[in-house]
Amino acid sequence: MSEPLVFHFEVDVSDFTSAGTASVTVKKNLRQLGLPSDVIRKLSIAMYEGEINMVIHAEGGTADVIVTEEYIDIILKDHGPGIPDVDLAMQEGYSTATAQIHSLGFGAGMGLPNMKRYSDEMKIDTELGVGTTVTMRIWIR
Amino acid sequence: MIVSELLEHGFTEVALPDPEREIHGVYIGDLLSWVMGRAQADNAWITIMSNINVIAVATLADTAVVILSEDVELPEEIVRQAEMKDVNVLRSPKPSYETAVLLYELLK
Repeated sequence: MSEPLVFHFEVDVSDFTSAGTASVTVKKNLRQLGLPSDVIRKLSIAMYEGEINMVIHAEGGTADVIVTEEYIDIILKDHGPGIPDVDLAMQEGYSTATAQIHSLGFGAGMGLPNMKRYSDEMKIDTELGVGTTVTMRIWIR
Repeated sequence: MIVSELLEHGFTEVALPDPEREIHGVYIGDLLSWVMGRAQADNAWITIMSNINVIAVATLADTAVVILSEDVELPEEIVRQAEMKDVNVLRSPKPSYETAVLLYELLK
């Protein structure tokens, strides 16, 4: 079995409008690898939502994408404030985003629900005042 | 129906890097996460949003074309992004509902 491919990104908060750079890059790279388009679509949407969350709530973070022959893992790590109530945050429509974020088209309270919808497995490790790590797995077959 | 055929039906070109792209179905929405959660690949996506995130969402959700209803303007730098990222963008003078009704007829 060949070695997994690893992509690492710093998700920068300095320019909100550039959020999505990592997801779009991963999408392009995975296309070149010839992965099925539905797998790529699921992964890139889940990852973009994660990126946006890190920009809105945590002043950025890191994104790692690990591609094996059987699955793709996305690990999003930030040092933000943590999520006080994960069950509440997972509810569609629940959002703590500001009016400025709404004006950009985000803050619908769909970020985490979309990440769950488009990944096959999702795990959230969060600690108040320390940060949050979201791990998502998408099976290729 | 392919995207460029819409130019014969009152839609105008904003960015058209992939004119032969086939359209299957329509989705209307302005909340980007909602669109990513619900829109299907190859949809025509009707929206009044015109910021840079629209281009990222269209890329990731793999929609066939973004249609800006009510003649919404797209800033020049975003038009360039759309061209670079292979995202088709058209403009419609009609509101979203009427644009969708027209597309319904055209896609039948």
